[in-house]
Amino acid sequence: MGEFGIILQVLDSAIRLAVPLLFACLAGLYSERSGIFDIGLEGKMLGAAFAAGATAAVTESAWIGLLAAIAVSVALALLHGFACITHRGNQIVSGLAINILAAGLTALLGATWFHQGGQTPQLVDTARFRELVLPFADWASALPAVGRVYAELVSGHNVLVYLAFLAVPLTWWVLYRTRFGLRLRAVGENPAAVDTAGISVTWLRYRAVICCGLLCGFAGAYLSLAQSAGFIRDMTAGKGFIALAALIFAKWRPVQALGACFLFGLLDAMAIRLQGVPVPVIGIVPVQFMQAVPYVLTVILLAGFVGRAVPPKAGGVPYVKEGR
Amino acid sequence: MSARAGTLTHWAITLLVPVFNLVAALVVSGLVVLVIGENPLEVVQLLVWGAFGYGEGVGYTLFYTTNFIFSGLAFAVAYHAGLFNIGAEGQAYLGGLGVALACLYLDFLPLPLLIPAAIAASALFGAAWAFVPGWLQAHRGSHIVITTIMFNFIAASVMVYLLVNVMAPPGSMQPESATFAETARMPFIHEMLGGLGIELSRSPLNMSFLWALACCVLVWLLIWHTPLGYALRTVGTSPQAAVYAGMSPKRLTVIAMLISGALAGGMALNEIMGSQHRLILEFTSGYGFVGIAVALMGRSHPVGICLAALLFGALYQGGAELAFEKPKITRDMVIVIQGLIIFFAGAMEHLFRPQLEALLTRKAASPVTVEEGQPSG
Repeated sequence: MGEFGIILQVLDSAIRLAVPLLFACLAGLYSERSGIFDIGLEGKMLGAAFAAGATAAVTESAWIGLLAAIAVSVALALLHGFACITHRGNQIVSGLAINILAAGLTALLGATWFHQGGQTPQLVDTARFRELVLPFADWASALPAVGRVYAELVSGHNVLVYLAFLAVPLTWWVLYRTRFGLRLRAVGENPAAVDTAGISVTWLRYRAVICCGLLCGFAGAYLSLAQSAGFIRDMTAGKGFIALAALIFAKWRPVQALGACFLFGLLDAMAIRLQGVPVPVIGIVPVQFMQAVPYVLTVILLAGFVGRAVPPKAGGVPYVKEGR
Repeated sequence: MSARAGTLTHWAITLLVPVFNLVAALVVSGLVVLVIGENPLEVVQLLVWGAFGYGEGVGYTLFYTTNFIFSGLAFAVAYHAGLFNIGAEGQAYLGGLGVALACLYLDFLPLPLLIPAAIAASALFGAAWAFVPGWLQAHRGSHIVITTIMFNFIAASVMVYLLVNVMAPPGSMQPESATFAETARMPFIHEMLGGLGIELSRSPLNMSFLWALACCVLVWLLIWHTPLGYALRTVGTSPQAAVYAGMSPKRLTVIAMLISGALAGGMALNEIMGSQHRLILEFTSGYGFVGIAVALMGRSHPVGICLAALLFGALYQGGAELAFEKPKITRDMVIVIQGLIIFFAGAMEHLFRPQLEALLTRKAASPVTVEEGQPSG
């Protein structure tokens, strides 16, 4: 295998690793653009991954698994909304509680229902999202360069991967070209203005957290039905927070979110690839260093040393009608 | 806040709201137990017996309580200054590095000198890790919640690297430091009292507990009886008023985070010097996050924090006992209860407030509004 082949392989695994980040990142984008901070992406993903793994194990259908994932994730999102929008609770505390609750419940119910120490049973192939071979991929793989890129990089992913990449232009369109998107952005910057225009801030924000739950459902289902063959305890392993970092990195914009998630996916893929392999000039790069890079980059960006990440103005503040 | 008609009502609400929230969380936890197919009342019985029923259990309960006092105080001090420090986890992790370095390289010191050195090291390292997010919040406006989350993850990476590549003794494959010398350990309470002729069951409860209680008094003095504490509370309530009074919110933000980080480091003292006797991976295991619930339930007051910490300590130890007695209910049940308490006591704290206020103020002549300054976050 030539160097080109290795590069293709790394890029391929970068795509696979970026997909759950992308779903979760776009999920956070809807919520945070509407003024609801969400550090509970991790918990929603985990809950969704468990629901998907458990349901697919019982029904042996990946699609029903996906539906269950979305249902659980949206339910958790509504819980967040109930605390933050209806009861004007603290959004950080609510997100944190959802993370802890999801970690505990998935492990507890998993252990009780399946007796495998918190895992769900290994899924049969039909209960998973399997790789699709796009048309002409076999034929293209014989061609040089572009053909191999098509065959090895573009083709051969499961349906959720393509959906994730489709979600980017879709989100862009919803956010910048629809009335709902305009109002969503407005309610995150100046809810009082939206209220004055006679639009319900509460209902708008609820719709935003539902969108967030929906996308987190996809992210979780991807983890347990596509990337692995079943649910494993704490399988999100901080991905929800990396997605949050990517969201800040992208300055709360959808197309840039794709770039940020792919970058973090690439870092992850390289960390796996470079384990114990010396890099010219630098020598062996510790895995931990590569793992910490997304977080360090985000802190640097937040500090405003390179560009400036300004969150939606009304983020984190509960809206009180006729408030001071 | 109106102090005229409503001091009594205010106190009643301050006390009753957390109780109501706790009850709500426990009721939902009971439903979870029912779903699993066990009897909630039996579970409660086992929990209470496991936590308080016998000497060793009480020892463990107080051992966990120590962790939660430190993490609760850490969160509370920052909270008073209007800061949301959810980085106690990372700060305690780094504090562990300080404690381990002190215990490994200063073990020639006699214990009465080594203990203050280890306390100082834990506080120093914890404070150092809290300094950067604090400074960035003060001078660059970076959101403290996000930076402290990021710093938790960075701390995890740093510590794995150090434990695997630097701290592990030569030839060892275990990602942990060398074990501390016998003379470089925090004395166990049962050993100390045993020396005085009082027999106690063995448990990891150690002298860090006393330091935790001392920290409660120190924090109480600091927040309510010093000019600095007054300034911190002023900044927390209204940064504009603080500026008007000639205080520097930037300086106070950094100071609050330093104190908060130093207190978080105390957790490492209890776990590393008091119980593990070596630096290990992930010894903080979420205690830092529980501190948020502890502080919120305890209304950021040391007395409340002690009570809430005891509650969570009992939950931890009782949960371990429960998992032992009822294999169907794993220790994750405790995490579920924790999550529910954080949700009800933290995020939904206003759930019962309006009803309670209406009930208690019905007879009062003037309506009382109880509003607490909440940091934006």
